Amino acid sequence: MAQKLPRKDVAIIGLGWTGSILAHELTDEGLDVVAIERGPWRDAPTDFPTTYVQDELRYRIRHELFLRPEQLTFTFRNKMSEQALPIRTWGAFMPMNGVGGGGVHWNAETWRFLPSDFVLKTHLTQRYGAKFLPQDMTIQDWGVTYDDLEPHYDQFEYLCGTSGAAGNLKGQILEGGNPFEGQRSRPYPNPPQPQPFSHTLFAKAARELGYKPFPQPSGNMSQAYTNPLGVRLGPCTYCGFCEWFGCGNYSKASPQTTILPVLVRKSNFSYRAECEVTRINVDASGKRATGVTFVDSSGKEWEQPADLVILAAFTIFNVHLLLMSGIGKPYDPVANQGVIGRNFTHQTVSDVVGFFDKDKFNFNPFIASGAIGMCIDEFNGDNFDHGPLGFVGGGYMGQVQTGGRPIQTTHVPSGTPRWGAKWKTAVKDNYLSTVTPGTGVHGSFYSYRDIYLDLDPLYKDRFGRPLMRMTIDFHDNEIKQNAYLTDKFAGIIKAMGARQIEKQYRKAPYDVTKYQTTHLNGGAIMGTDPTTSALNRYLQSWDVPNLFVMGATAFPQNAGYNPTGTVGALAYWAAAAIRTQYLKSPGPLVHA
Amino acid sequence: MPDALTTLAAFAGTGLKLHRRELLGSVAFLLIGGTAIGRAGSLPWRPLAGSPPSPIGKEQWAFFTPAEGAAVEALVDRLVPPDPDTPGGKDAGCAVFIDRQLAGPYGRRAGLYLSPPFIKGTKQQGPQEADGPAVRYRKALAALDQYCRKDKGGAFASLSEADKDAIIGGLESGKAKLDGVDGQAFFELLLKNAQEGFFADPIYGGNRDMCSWRMIGFPGARYDYRDWVSRHNERYPHPPVSIMGRAEWTVHKA
Amino acid sequence: MREKLARWIAGAAIASSIFVAAAGAGDKAGTSLDPQNFGQIERGRYLAIVGDCASCHNAPGGQPYAGGRPIETPFGVVIGANITPDPETGIGAWSDAAFVRALREGKGDHGQFLYPAMPYPYYTKLTERDALAIRAYLNTVKPVHNAVISNKLPFPFDIREGMAAWNTLYFKSGEFKPDPTKSATWNRGAYLVEGLGHCGACHTPKTRLGGDDRAHALQGYALQGWFAPNITNDRERGLGGWSVADIAAYLKAGHTAVTAATGIMGEEIALASSHMTDADLAAIATYLKALPGQTSSPPPALSASDPRMIAGAAIYLDNCSACHGPDGKGVPFLFPSLAGSPNIRSTDPATLVRIVIEGARSVATDKEPTSPGMPSFAWKLNDDQAAAVLTYVRNSWGASAPPVDPHDVEQARARAAMAATGR
Repeated sequence: MAQKLPRKDVAIIGLGWTGSILAHELTDEGLDVVAIERGPWRDAPTDFPTTYVQDELRYRIRHELFLRPEQLTFTFRNKMSEQALPIRTWGAFMPMNGVGGGGVHWNAETWRFLPSDFVLKTHLTQRYGAKFLPQDMTIQDWGVTYDDLEPHYDQFEYLCGTSGAAGNLKGQILEGGNPFEGQRSRPYPNPPQPQPFSHTLFAKAARELGYKPFPQPSGNMSQAYTNPLGVRLGPCTYCGFCEWFGCGNYSKASPQTTILPVLVRKSNFSYRAECEVTRINVDASGKRATGVTFVDSSGKEWEQPADLVILAAFTIFNVHLLLMSGIGKPYDPVANQGVIGRNFTHQTVSDVVGFFDKDKFNFNPFIASGAIGMCIDEFNGDNFDHGPLGFVGGGYMGQVQTGGRPIQTTHVPSGTPRWGAKWKTAVKDNYLSTVTPGTGVHGSFYSYRDIYLDLDPLYKDRFGRPLMRMTIDFHDNEIKQNAYLTDKFAGIIKAMGARQIEKQYRKAPYDVTKYQTTHLNGGAIMGTDPTTSALNRYLQSWDVPNLFVMGATAFPQNAGYNPTGTVGALAYWAAAAIRTQYLKSPGPLVHA
Repeated sequence: MPDALTTLAAFAGTGLKLHRRELLGSVAFLLIGGTAIGRAGSLPWRPLAGSPPSPIGKEQWAFFTPAEGAAVEALVDRLVPPDPDTPGGKDAGCAVFIDRQLAGPYGRRAGLYLSPPFIKGTKQQGPQEADGPAVRYRKALAALDQYCRKDKGGAFASLSEADKDAIIGGLESGKAKLDGVDGQAFFELLLKNAQEGFFADPIYGGNRDMCSWRMIGFPGARYDYRDWVSRHNERYPHPPVSIMGRAEWTVHKA
Repeated sequence: MREKLARWIAGAAIASSIFVAAAGAGDKAGTSLDPQNFGQIERGRYLAIVGDCASCHNAPGGQPYAGGRPIETPFGVVIGANITPDPETGIGAWSDAAFVRALREGKGDHGQFLYPAMPYPYYTKLTERDALAIRAYLNTVKPVHNAVISNKLPFPFDIREGMAAWNTLYFKSGEFKPDPTKSATWNRGAYLVEGLGHCGACHTPKTRLGGDDRAHALQGYALQGWFAPNITNDRERGLGGWSVADIAAYLKAGHTAVTAATGIMGEEIALASSHMTDADLAAIATYLKALPGQTSSPPPALSASDPRMIAGAAIYLDNCSACHGPDGKGVPFLFPSLAGSPNIRSTDPATLVRIVIEGARSVATDKEPTSPGMPSFAWKLNDDQAAAVLTYVRNSWGASAPPVDPHDVEQARARAAMAATGR
């Protein structure tokens, strides 16, 4: 029997990026806020200090900072005709756990989506005609525009101290930035990071081929920075232990380094760590959330009543909780009805490895940061004519190599034996002179009718609840998109002077053992139509008006960029709507 | 764990010399039942905080029997053969690494989802074995030993280099069939672990004296390259350092 | 008198909605208590913050001023008394005169000697007005029934009468007398530093009997495993390189561009000085800057070829540079500058050793909320290595100081381990 706690104005599920942003905004509004986080407290000097965080085996290979699948996992299948099996150890994505969430161990690539990304259905239909899109593609417009979100992108970037070079400042295209980006109202808060050798060489080769390279927008500080909350960050030291790792010296934007020091000082904020929310409770009508139920670290169940519930866990956990709580109609792909679980997407990434003459090139690959890199955007979104190409979508590409950690970065040319004396010699000869961008091609992943989330019929979690089931595979559109982009990317790597290049195309079927970024999106998307979306344009649940759902759960499809910039912008956008509209008059903000 | 009030009252009653302010600083949380609650005020911290690694030395095998240890040493010494510049897998400690990994949480798949049923799926659905690495090694090494004695007349460690390489190649290609064990899958696991041991920080028992890092030019557990970002195409001069340091940290007494 | 009163009221006023009575109304020279005199109560609340009464008198777990907190002295433990207005277990039944006598004479309500863990040798400087203001404020605090036996000292220290002899040696009773040759700011600073602020309780070295070594006032003292540094105007080891504004900023925010407060001083800043007025902080700074430095010259720096310097340089490059910089300058307001730091050059390196062994969390204040932390190196560096890197830092970038003894590191380790197990 759950023990009831004193009522709070707001209960926030999850204390990652969006949980921290919403907690900060709503406590500033004077509300009494409690955040409930499944994982432990995390902070640099106590959990990822510079004394032992440089440990590839512990953090990258053995996944120490991530959720234990034993605590919660998912089942996976490619096709509806298959039986889904548990993801027993992480591979294709790495779910976070703990205060700070993914903000602790992301690499801080901080992009904005293109204006056309937000009106994708309309845009592509207008340009290419409805017949150009695959019949089972379920892309939608978002219900917000880039211009709606621009001030909030700005807000998130200034919170984070994002280092970058503006490409489109109030309509003026600037040299050195991304000429394709939507117009921004202000320059980045920090200048771009200086780039190491191979990244600089990529930019030179790209420029010579007629492209317009620019530095990747980076949440690694290019210099010491004080954000608008008065929190201070230090300069990035290019340690090469960025994504998968926490930052030991306060130079990567995270909730810990940008918000939490101020948040914990507020008397109207409290949090509970190592407490897992198992249910959002609704009243008998099913239209009003009354609070949440959670389990603490000793297994005891508690009920936290609240007037307003913010669901701010990671995307797939958000969807799982909505399904567990019976909020919103679950998606049925056969009937093509329902909204919870539909439009689930990932990212389409690939790489090209370049082997260079070791006597002429020394790249020191270990000198890097998480969001270092020189990129081009010519092949993103609809920045190029897809008419003759037979696919839609695209992505940025670049030399974005983030380190040279040896377990994962000792590549040898294909054809080399995988072990023995020749292998050893090849490793030695190639380590310093190989370019391994990682997610060198970072392409979009559009949504389809048969890629979705629902509940597994067989496997259960430690509470006896059904695991969530992922049905996901690559469609021809994304495979074609990736092949085209990978070939373009290979052209630049070759032009850098590589003696040998190896293209690693993304191929079907979708493989849950191969890491492909943790950019899982959708499942409870935003939109203008309650029959095809779970949330309105303010991230408010159509079904339960005192519930808002944060995160990339809202993305109707994924663009060719990392999602966090847009996740942050949407969080600020939703917070503004709550503060200026909802609190004055609680209830649905949009009447469909 | 007793709550802060009880602890302090107990010490006050006994009159023991107390470090009052340390106690104050260390009780950052109020513990009610099993729930940790953060109170407004400060970011949690206590002295000596952190969970540092425990470096592994070369003591007895923690998991392998002596025969298994000898076999694995011989295996890793062919996967990473010695050469004049750099030790092979055996002297680099790769077998010690694997031994300690199998004896620890990795070997027993701590934290992974181990609920049945274990159903073999497609390759892209990932590992669905009922057995974890520790069990798999035990079974595979026994089957390998049986195979070597039958095929080559002796334990793996006693064979010639050419024979050893032939057997490993057979496991890799699938041609060498082990009784009751997927030899190819075992090869993949062994190769992965051996290379992990070769390249990981020496605190885990392998990469002794940072030999692989010296071989490739990886500076190890360093954290500050600000002075080097813009020095393009230059050799980085400093020797590698492990999480537990390097020889130059030792104070040489006169 | 009225002018001074007005200045003190102005100095102590904190923006609030509390009605401040006009000077003099119902308060004849402040020597009586009027429960309706909100100005007096507010001044008392401010003075209680300046004196940091909460540090010793708050109950563990939070009841304000309810007592029960063990306080470590060189002679054993005393327990902070309950100073809420509870008539039975607090000071509710005390007369005002008895309260003032406790603060300024070190005598309890039955005339018993108090132990100088209650800093009456400093509080003796309080004016009667200020003492009564504190009383007026404490009268408004919630009464808490909590019986505290303060005296937990071992024999023979538990014999209070023994304090008579100690007082003869170390206690000079008397209200603060302003120096007419000095500015009002200096006098206010002197009143605070030598009186209610009781800075010397931590920063002045003690004699063997635990009294102040007045000849070396505020030149630093080792206590509770820390070294409270020299806060005179000494160029090498004190505040000689800081301006009045630097000192005031440090006390307010806990951080300056080059340093950060941690440990006991961090606690003091969080509870007390960050809540004080800018004028009072400037006064304290003015007074401290006027305290002459010492004439002793620093030793010559250790040679770079000393084995400790060689090892220390390698350890510094691999461990410290990522935050404190290859040039020791750190990052302003984030990672303290080791170069140019008087703390680094302290005669007693206890604070440095403790921070390397235990790690540290710098203080968070409203002005500087980040409170960056340093990790613990206890498991990573052995005694020789920790001593070497500290020796290196103490003799680099123009600094010189005696090398650190590995034995000091061993002791800091033992102390930290003891505290961790609660024994």
